[in-house]
Amino acid sequence: MAKRSIVPFGPQHPVLPEPIHLDLVLEDETVIEAVPSIGYVHRGLESLVTKKDFNEMVYVTERICGICSFMHGMGYCNALEKIMQVEVPRRADYLRTIWCEMSRLHSHLLWLGLLADAFGFEALFMQSWRLREKILDMFEISTGGRVIFSVNKVGGVLKDMPSDMLKSFVSILDDMEKELKETTTVFLNDFTVKSRLEGVGIITKDDAIRRGAVGPMMRASGIEVDMRKTGYAAYGDIDFEIITSTECDSLARCKVRIGEIFQSIGIIRQAAAKIPQGEISVPVKGNPDGEYFVRLEQPRGEAFYYVRANGTKFLDRMRVRTPTFANIPAMLQTLKGAQFADVPLLILTIDPCISCTER
Amino acid sequence: MAQFMGLAKTVLRNLFSKPVTTSYPAVPREYPERTRGHIEIQIEDCIFCGLCMRSCPPGAIQVNRGTGAWTINRFDCIQCGYCVEKCPKKCLSIVPGYTAPEEKKYTTSVVKPAAEGNAGQAAAAKAPVKAEADAKAE
Repeated sequence: MAKRSIVPFGPQHPVLPEPIHLDLVLEDETVIEAVPSIGYVHRGLESLVTKKDFNEMVYVTERICGICSFMHGMGYCNALEKIMQVEVPRRADYLRTIWCEMSRLHSHLLWLGLLADAFGFEALFMQSWRLREKILDMFEISTGGRVIFSVNKVGGVLKDMPSDMLKSFVSILDDMEKELKETTTVFLNDFTVKSRLEGVGIITKDDAIRRGAVGPMMRASGIEVDMRKTGYAAYGDIDFEIITSTECDSLARCKVRIGEIFQSIGIIRQAAAKIPQGEISVPVKGNPDGEYFVRLEQPRGEAFYYVRANGTKFLDRMRVRTPTFANIPAMLQTLKGAQFADVPLLILTIDPCISCTER
Repeated sequence: MAQFMGLAKTVLRNLFSKPVTTSYPAVPREYPERTRGHIEIQIEDCIFCGLCMRSCPPGAIQVNRGTGAWTINRFDCIQCGYCVEKCPKKCLSIVPGYTAPEEKKYTTSVVKPAAEGNAGQAAAAKAPVKAEADAKAE
């Protein structure tokens, strides 16, 4: 038997944008086991619900994460709207759908860039982030922010998108689609990229189910689950297919995310064509009383929001279970038997967001 | 061969096109109309109700009805715009343009003129920058 050694990995590592620590048990160059520990960026945002009133909390929840900030705010608002039985105007639902898909676009482009960076393809990293910049500009034009959007409120949204703005966004996306095809072809067909991704980090369908994987990680193992199909916001009116892959490896995860990029463009196009006229928010009176569970499909996977209110302006409890937290067991499974050099790449394939995980 | 030439088209195009990036700060960035840069107040319309102070998530705003001063700590402000939404007189607005970085945190006060028609104080109210410089000593 080869000699075993333990290599600490993280919390600071060039490939990790956020801190997570892994103790890697190695046998020569092969990983036998990985023991994770988190807790480096815990901010206690959930407990703030007892100190900030429920309307102020919208701005706190969207600061859970810098990438899916829109969806964090929206999930929290959805839960409170259900508790208070507020009917959100249809136009607000459509606007939320468009912003959600823009978030997915920029999150997946960010991930593609980070992946290219992880296997050392700098030019591809730059190209992915160049494309992402256009989405961030669209966010700034429509919401006023590039990272934190502050457009959600309990009862609707705060800013409207006039029809000429929507048209210009759709035409930007049309142009972007052509450039995206060029860039994503490299991810899918390039010899160098394939040599790093193909057959690496396999997680079988059974394993993915047993370890509770979510999002693209799960869909790349052939499981057809997407929370958008539950029809929250305006997704009920939108026609789209769940993108899956059966290869179960890192390339499959890349494929699923690339598929979702083009799907998001399609969804924005549909939503921009179907969006009804009308109000964008309704006034909300009184304080919430009750509890509710919301499930959303974030770019990284399924997120839960649990909110319990007690009839005062301060909530009793808010709990967020983010996709990265659910994907960590699956990630550990992919690490078992992997080569030490593939570890950064495999951590990246779950699209980790540690700030989300620890809140 | 195609698998080795994936990025060739993009690379060739990039060779003969202008850079995507701008030479900031030599070329200043133009912000869209909705950019949430900083909060501004029309102090003449303010009734000092204190709703902005109570609604501010990081507690960056102080309202003093006695002295007629509206004070903001721009270093704590998170530009969420909740005060703008809450303001009953709509005298707060969020405008493009970020505040410059500084070495120390300080607050900026805008003082409402005590009585209308007082030319001297009205002029002072229109120049909150002066109040800012005074408050800097804090």
